[in-house]
Amino acid sequence: MTAASDTRLAPMAVPARLGARPSPYPGWFFLPAAVIYGVLFLMPTFASLYFSLTRWTLFDSTFIGFENFAQFFREPFLIKGLVNTVLYAVITSGLKVVLGMLLALLLTSHILARGYLRSVVFFPVLVSTVGVGITFTVLMHPTNGMINEGLALIGIKGPGWLTNPNLALFSVALVDVWKGVGLATVIYIAGIVAIPQDYYEAARIDGATKFQNFLYITLPLSRPATATVITLSFIGGLRTFDLIWAMTRGGPGFASDTVASVIYKQYQAGFYGLSTAGNVVLFVLIGVLVVPLTMLLNRKQGHE
Amino acid sequence: MKSRPSILISSAAIAATAVVFLIPFAFIVLMAFKDRQQSSLRDFSWPAGFHLWDNVVQVIATRNWMLVTAFVNSAILTVASVTLLVIFAAMVGFVLARRKTRFNGLIEFLILAGLMIPPAVVPTIWLLQGLGLFGKLHGLVLIEVAYGLSFSVLLYRAFISTIPRELDEAAIIDGARPLDVFFRVILPLLWPVTVTNIVVQSVAIFNDFTNPLYYLPGNGNATVQLTLYNFQSQFNTSYNLLFTNILLITIPPLLVFLFFNRQIVAGVTAGAVKG
Amino acid sequence: MQKTNRRHAIAGFAAGLMGFTALSGAAFAQQTTLSLFAPNDQAAVAYTEAMVAAFEAANPDINVEIEVGPGGTERDNMVKSRLATGTMNDVFVYNAGSLFQAINPVQSTVDLTNEPYMSTILDSFKQTVTAPDGTLRGVPYGQAMGGGILYNKKVYKDLGLSVPLTWDEFMANNTKIKEAGKAPVIQTFGDTWTSQLFILADFFNVQAKNPQFADMYTRGEAKYAATPAAMAGFQKQADVFKAGDLNEDFGAATLNDGLRMLAAGEGVHYPMLTFAVGTIAQDYPDQLNDVGFFALPGDDATINGTTVWMPTALYISAKTPNLDAAKKLVAFVASKEGGCDPWVKLNAITGPFLIQGCELPSNVPAAVKDLQTYFTADGRTAPALEFLSPVKGPSLENITVEVGSGIRTPADAATLYDEDVRKQAQQLGLPGW
Repeated sequence: MTAASDTRLAPMAVPARLGARPSPYPGWFFLPAAVIYGVLFLMPTFASLYFSLTRWTLFDSTFIGFENFAQFFREPFLIKGLVNTVLYAVITSGLKVVLGMLLALLLTSHILARGYLRSVVFFPVLVSTVGVGITFTVLMHPTNGMINEGLALIGIKGPGWLTNPNLALFSVALVDVWKGVGLATVIYIAGIVAIPQDYYEAARIDGATKFQNFLYITLPLSRPATATVITLSFIGGLRTFDLIWAMTRGGPGFASDTVASVIYKQYQAGFYGLSTAGNVVLFVLIGVLVVPLTMLLNRKQGHE
Repeated sequence: MKSRPSILISSAAIAATAVVFLIPFAFIVLMAFKDRQQSSLRDFSWPAGFHLWDNVVQVIATRNWMLVTAFVNSAILTVASVTLLVIFAAMVGFVLARRKTRFNGLIEFLILAGLMIPPAVVPTIWLLQGLGLFGKLHGLVLIEVAYGLSFSVLLYRAFISTIPRELDEAAIIDGARPLDVFFRVILPLLWPVTVTNIVVQSVAIFNDFTNPLYYLPGNGNATVQLTLYNFQSQFNTSYNLLFTNILLITIPPLLVFLFFNRQIVAGVTAGAVKG
Repeated sequence: MQKTNRRHAIAGFAAGLMGFTALSGAAFAQQTTLSLFAPNDQAAVAYTEAMVAAFEAANPDINVEIEVGPGGTERDNMVKSRLATGTMNDVFVYNAGSLFQAINPVQSTVDLTNEPYMSTILDSFKQTVTAPDGTLRGVPYGQAMGGGILYNKKVYKDLGLSVPLTWDEFMANNTKIKEAGKAPVIQTFGDTWTSQLFILADFFNVQAKNPQFADMYTRGEAKYAATPAAMAGFQKQADVFKAGDLNEDFGAATLNDGLRMLAAGEGVHYPMLTFAVGTIAQDYPDQLNDVGFFALPGDDATINGTTVWMPTALYISAKTPNLDAAKKLVAFVASKEGGCDPWVKLNAITGPFLIQGCELPSNVPAAVKDLQTYFTADGRTAPALEFLSPVKGPSLENITVEVGSGIRTPADAATLYDEDVRKQAQQLGLPGW
């Protein structure tokens, strides 16, 4: 797609030119979307700010002030969920950025079967998360799962991927990366392909090595792509629920709980106020982490 | 620049990606071919017999053809949500791109909020119950639309800004009313991005697990993801059936992938590179 | 013209889709079938199918659709959500006792107090399905069971071991078993609810040392962390982990894996409820009598008894549109024909029945014979805590997985559980918390 005419080069407002005609860009075009978005998304978000301060049974609520939040930060497994969430987001987005870039470099270089490779790397993005979770849970079984049996063939005793509490979160993160790296790769490929060849020509004339090409041309000029990948995967990581729930339900014990799975568990147990408080915590967490991150990434881009 | 593709690196890449990305899918297929005994071994062996058809029939017939109901529900959910998303988001994107109002800043902010803020689930349940939409498929459709608007609007706004205003103005001079300008001139030109949006949102909504889990409990309404999740308990000793189920629900995305690969890739990179 | 028609067509299409979604929901709601939410362990599944077949044969106009669901916290949560959202099945199987109290039974279930069959149900069971307003809400679904250690008799005979009456004897047996190359204690955290057995089955020993514990606990005066006898359960779970007595795959093994190991003699002790004997009868009938039962030992050989669980119960959802058919099904389950005979036919007896007139056959499995010895003696049984107190924390099974995996110390776990219980008590609105 071309980044052609930009509305910032604003032409004059149409109604003034044509006299008393209704604007071809009527305000009521916003209405259907605004109603749905406002009622089903914005209203609950505002409501959550109130209900997080109550003990709630969906039918009546008793105001208890910050007790839910105090509880949230008092119970070790609720705090662990918070820590895990940030850890998970950092690990998955970090790996997706690095592996996505490496794969994109590979897939834009001179090798055979590029079509096959791109398809194979990208297909997991489209598959059901629950299905992937179930499949990898079976593959990661500590004694007769395929991964550990494969490792046993070369003499390594595979760990309890999902049963070792220190490893469980990390294992789910790996599956997340397996599933999502294709998306990062595709975004990077688009970014790399858009870099004009002239830069590389000039570099070749100057005698630059491939590594220098990468460091001084490819990497800086794929900043927008990097920003997008980091932002998307970081937000996704903070909100992660499906894969954790499908693979470990937050276990063993509470070792792989994230804020989203904590929210669900509290909801299931009927502690609606506490669950909503969890939502507010997640909301604040994302705001506090993502907004500065986005500003940082975009400012860097501005300097180029 | 090398003028010859490197055979070594190519082979290594093909082999490595096959192991990492293809083996799990091969595992799913193999398990779907086995019978109950053999599948409980959970290994990568060749199936002793050809049980795929039996497994498929058994899975589909489980719990009164629940999987069929689930597919129908997921299909209705996806089609209805995507249709509404396309129309409403295009409308918003169109006016947003064309007209500078003082609301534009607010709307931009709301769109970004929609991409970042996690939905407040319990209050949403409470709201849906109040509106009589909880546990109903059309309630979930509206939810999916609400959650999908941000991405769709962004997509449309970016693309519409590439359509010259002159076209609108020409149509207006010809006497077109606002709705005509939109539906007769703009929407057809948006076809490429519409296809992309349809494909991306369809995959996302079809694969959605969390929202049906919260807002559509109860088995009569199950979507395919929920059915798969519930069948973990049903098939707790029949891995062959569980994996046949996974195989079956992988087919729609596979079809989408084979036919619309280009559009998906275009869609997800839209705006990504331009910043 | 053409374009306008197309616009109308799109609008009409979208509206039609929305209408269709509403319809499709309605269409499926028109069935007159009864839906039954049943447990998913093998024995219960076999019983449910046999019972339903007999019921449908006697009532050709009613069709029962069986839905199988998980146990443990997942079941708790599914039941709670379905009741809260009005999507519960017509009839559902769920625990009695404190878990029953936690689902707001007065609002959620149908009152069965005046049904004719209630007089034939034993009082000890009726207590556990009595709602706060004094009405009876459920009928027994299965038999009473003991919670303790299922053990492999064959291995015991081969190694010359005798049933331990104290914890130290138990651990000594474990050492000998480990030397023989078998897994002394089977744990199956793949099904997290099974991890709670050490805590829950130890209640007989807690009750023996602190007879007032249940009452004080309900009033919020007794805590696990502050009561050494109560903490002993957590300590026992930690001890077997520390001693390295667990099976290798304890983290991922499921209930079915555990029973397989027990029947085959690969693992020797399995803390479990005796309902599991029914599953062994289904899946490993040849090894059925290799499996025995003894109570979880305390410190004193003279005070040794088992903690007893009432069976799960069958309830009718208050919102069911098929009340008459549901009542017929419940009456059938409360009768000898529907509530006892199918179990006997399947040889899946796991404890005494709660319906008068149902006798245990003489050829019950060895483990059940062992269990009976506790019932026939005096003072060798105690009801589980969940039948004496309405409070049970929802996260216990996660906490016990942590203790059993060595992630958390028993003292920490007890404190954590007390916190968890407090949340539940407050949500229930109990005084004193």
